[in-house]
Amino acid sequence: MARVLLFGPLRDLAGWRERQVEGGSIAALRAAISAEDPELALALAGPGVQVALDQALVRGDAAVGAASEVAFLPPMSGG
Amino acid sequence: MIRLTEHPFDAGALLSEFSAGRRETGAIATFTGLARAEQGAAAVLELEAYPGFTEAQIGRIAETARLRFGLHDLAILHRVGRIQPGEPIVFVATAAGHRRAAFEACDFLMDYLKSRAPFWKKEHGPAGARWIEPTAQDHADRARWDHEETAP
Repeated sequence: MARVLLFGPLRDLAGWRERQVEGGSIAALRAAISAEDPELALALAGPGVQVALDQALVRGDAAVGAASEVAFLPPMSGG
Repeated sequence: MIRLTEHPFDAGALLSEFSAGRRETGAIATFTGLARAEQGAAAVLELEAYPGFTEAQIGRIAETARLRFGLHDLAILHRVGRIQPGEPIVFVATAAGHRRAAFEACDFLMDYLKSRAPFWKKEHGPAGARWIEPTAQDHADRARWDHEETAP
């Protein structure tokens, strides 16, 4: 179980910002939240979406602990 | 100081506080960004950050600026949440021994903040809401710093 966060357009699209999700890796969490929402699945696979594990950017897959926080970050707007 | 705030701020008061008690700093440059009304097209701006992560990412570029320009100190205050036209969005202050470094560091930090900083920006106007991405100009402004050699 990890805490999954969505930001910006991803949050709008999914209709939620934060959720507890079952899964032991980033790939598993992505699959879990994609399974119920094809539009979100497409957006998560879009260009420029980055992933932060416990507030550090990660590339590719990574193991996720029970108390981890995983954030899906769409392309940043700047301030 | 790197901080996010949900409230309007007084750039003058921030400058006074930032300037106080300095004996070796010869130059302080500041930039204050305000929300534009865009002739009525943008009623309200909504800025979202990832608390903790956003400050940490800004902190990394601030450290780069500190080293590159030999800054004595810097301050960045950035709004999040809903911002009305005319309200301040961002305040940047840089302190250095001499003016060139202070000016350039301020310019460098703003080009980064406008193009790469972890914010998501939505404009609410009469035509509805839309998410905003950096403009080509924002990217070009930031890219100036990739090659340009600047003397501290």
